[in-house]
Amino acid sequence: MPDRKAIKVALVGNPNTGKTSLFNQLTGLNQKVGNYPGITVDKKVGRAQISDQVFASIVDLPGTYSINPTTIDENIVLQTLLDKRHDDFPDVIIVVADIENIKRNLLLYSQIKDLKIPTILAINMADQIHRKGIEIDLDLLKMELKSEVVLISARKNIGIEKLKQAILKYKSLGTSSLAHISQKIDEAYFKEIRSKFPDISLYKIWLYITQMDHYNDLDKEQTLIIDEYKKDKVKIKKYQHKETIFRYQQINEILKKTYKVNKASATDLRTRLDKVLTHKIFGYLIFAIILMLIFQSIFDWASIPMDFIDAVFADLSTLVKSTLPEGQLTNLISEGIVPGIGGIVIFIPQIAILFLFVAILEETGYMSRVVFLMDKIMRRFGMSGKSVVPLISGTACAIPAVMAARNISGWKERLITILVVPFVTCSARLPVYAIIIALIIPQERVLGIFSLQGLTLLGLYLLGFGMAMISGYILHKVLKVQGKSFFLIEMPDYKLPSLKNVFYTVVEKTKAFVFGAGKIILAISIILWFLASNGPAAFDEAEQVFENQNDLVLGEPSNKEAALASYKLEHSYIGVMGKAIEPAIKPLGYDWKIGIALISSFAAREVFVGSLATIYSVGDDDEENTTIKKRMAAEINQETGLKLFNVPVGMSLLVFYAFAMQCISTLAIVKRETNSWKWPVIQLIGMGLIAYVASFFTYTLLI
Amino acid sequence: MKVGERGVIEDISLEHIPLSLLEMGCLPGEYVELLQRAPLHDPLYIRVNGSHIAIRKETASQILISKV
Repeated sequence: MPDRKAIKVALVGNPNTGKTSLFNQLTGLNQKVGNYPGITVDKKVGRAQISDQVFASIVDLPGTYSINPTTIDENIVLQTLLDKRHDDFPDVIIVVADIENIKRNLLLYSQIKDLKIPTILAINMADQIHRKGIEIDLDLLKMELKSEVVLISARKNIGIEKLKQAILKYKSLGTSSLAHISQKIDEAYFKEIRSKFPDISLYKIWLYITQMDHYNDLDKEQTLIIDEYKKDKVKIKKYQHKETIFRYQQINEILKKTYKVNKASATDLRTRLDKVLTHKIFGYLIFAIILMLIFQSIFDWASIPMDFIDAVFADLSTLVKSTLPEGQLTNLISEGIVPGIGGIVIFIPQIAILFLFVAILEETGYMSRVVFLMDKIMRRFGMSGKSVVPLISGTACAIPAVMAARNISGWKERLITILVVPFVTCSARLPVYAIIIALIIPQERVLGIFSLQGLTLLGLYLLGFGMAMISGYILHKVLKVQGKSFFLIEMPDYKLPSLKNVFYTVVEKTKAFVFGAGKIILAISIILWFLASNGPAAFDEAEQVFENQNDLVLGEPSNKEAALASYKLEHSYIGVMGKAIEPAIKPLGYDWKIGIALISSFAAREVFVGSLATIYSVGDDDEENTTIKKRMAAEINQETGLKLFNVPVGMSLLVFYAFAMQCISTLAIVKRETNSWKWPVIQLIGMGLIAYVASFFTYTLLI
Repeated sequence: MKVGERGVIEDISLEHIPLSLLEMGCLPGEYVELLQRAPLHDPLYIRVNGSHIAIRKETASQILISKV
């Protein structure tokens, strides 16, 4: 949506400053989430009406404490602001600061200002200025900061008009630098650099030396000079420290003149809540209760819309079949596309509920306390307290979970988190679990209250989580990875979550999931349908062969048709593939039909149910057996004569799905996040072996 | 240092402390207050220069403070 005439605005700010609230306030629903090329950092762009004629295209850059990045997300900020040819290179930057943490926020402002791009400081949460006993001399602050300063309250829609006015006049803002760092640190050193790059601003070159690997606007010779400077790592680090210290000194002086806090109450809400929420007993107890609430809602509340969606798509499929003229295209729609889309839509309730909880926990500031509580425990398993967020997100989907691991700054801790997160029971496994549990576990109650089926499901969750922790422990002992781990987390103020922000986050993340993973799931459903309804030579001759063979055996025409369909499926491409792997999966108790489902779910687990649906709806036309569940329950193993889905087979399947890495989308994300094929391949093989061995023992022990 | 105590940062071992900690305001001359220890005694929850942050003991051990 880059608009030639629109003013390009970039929002920059610390996390927890209300930057996103401001973005939502400015753009409303006119926002779009995309990706930065090459990496999957969400890029949020929106359009805002600034005046009657003028629009602004606003990009919400990832939250960062400094321009010196420590994570991929933060790196985006630097890359966008350093490259004049970047699509989002702004005409004007708004640095969003929070009135209470203004000192730290001004550090970022001070760095940004040195980039010589027009910059506005928006001080947020100004509505609390009196309550917190803060006094601020705005005019003096403007002068000292050499730019426009606006007091706003993004949540209460205060000061937004003034901010728009400031954006409108961006050309009149000065671009002079705030901190002349070079003189204070080592004048000779910086003079030398300046003489080598007379045309580029000194701070930019300094950032090139300290932060970047590639420089778009430098020629070969200049690149070599920069690389030369980079070699003295000790000096660079020392100077970076000096730079930070100097910037803080300057900020302290400015604030002394312009900002006053009359601290009245020491025991505020934060202290009291912290005492309870990070208490050695209550802290864990509260966290456990919240987790249970989340899981409860994922199963219970989500099942209502999910059943509804399931029914709608089943009806839709029948409707298409009965209204459209018979033919390949109709079959493709009713048996391939409609169930395929249904297979994606059905996850929306669960994913949305999970994102809702995560968004609320993060908005309120509680998540940081969980990280604080869990860090020591998680470290034993090679992870960090920050791994808790990915592990919880993993119960919805491993894809956002792997991306959430970005906040972990230690490479080893991050890598282990990424590697074990797919063990956590994601919502894609749920339909598989649900259908198998319904088949093999009786609807009984234990001790009169707990349903046996529910307990089995809980057991599977614990199994997945336990496996994640055990593998984390093993990886922690085995992996020899360079790089120190460093842990630092801000403990933000508690606040009520803004409904608007939570709503936007949920919508945005759910959308990203549906369109990201959904594409693959849909494509596979269609390929599957094709493979099941076409086949090598034997398939095409099916009717003839069949006619000759079975003329005498089957009298009833309806039986004959069903038998023909099943014969066709057996000789379709997918039937051939399923049969080919049958010897390998026989020790686990599976037949070739399950084999087909296994093959197809190597792309994405949830396809298991979908492909069984396809297999059985293609293979069985019996009107009475409309649901897959009934059809599966009726399935007889041709060799043993017993029910195919008995307890040993079902348990073995459950264990297989709990451990196996059956998700191409996750592998793709892991590849991108770890920047190599090594880790996704290890993950695929390792998890596959664990799954195979565990299922084999389950089946052998139970039979 | 006990919970609730305050100190002044005397020196920071620059080689072992990442820049990001300094950028959070953890600088020589600033006051630090230990607000809380996690239940398993690690990490530490501190207030420094207006920032509320949690760091691990190993990091904290690289910061020299004198009690006030």
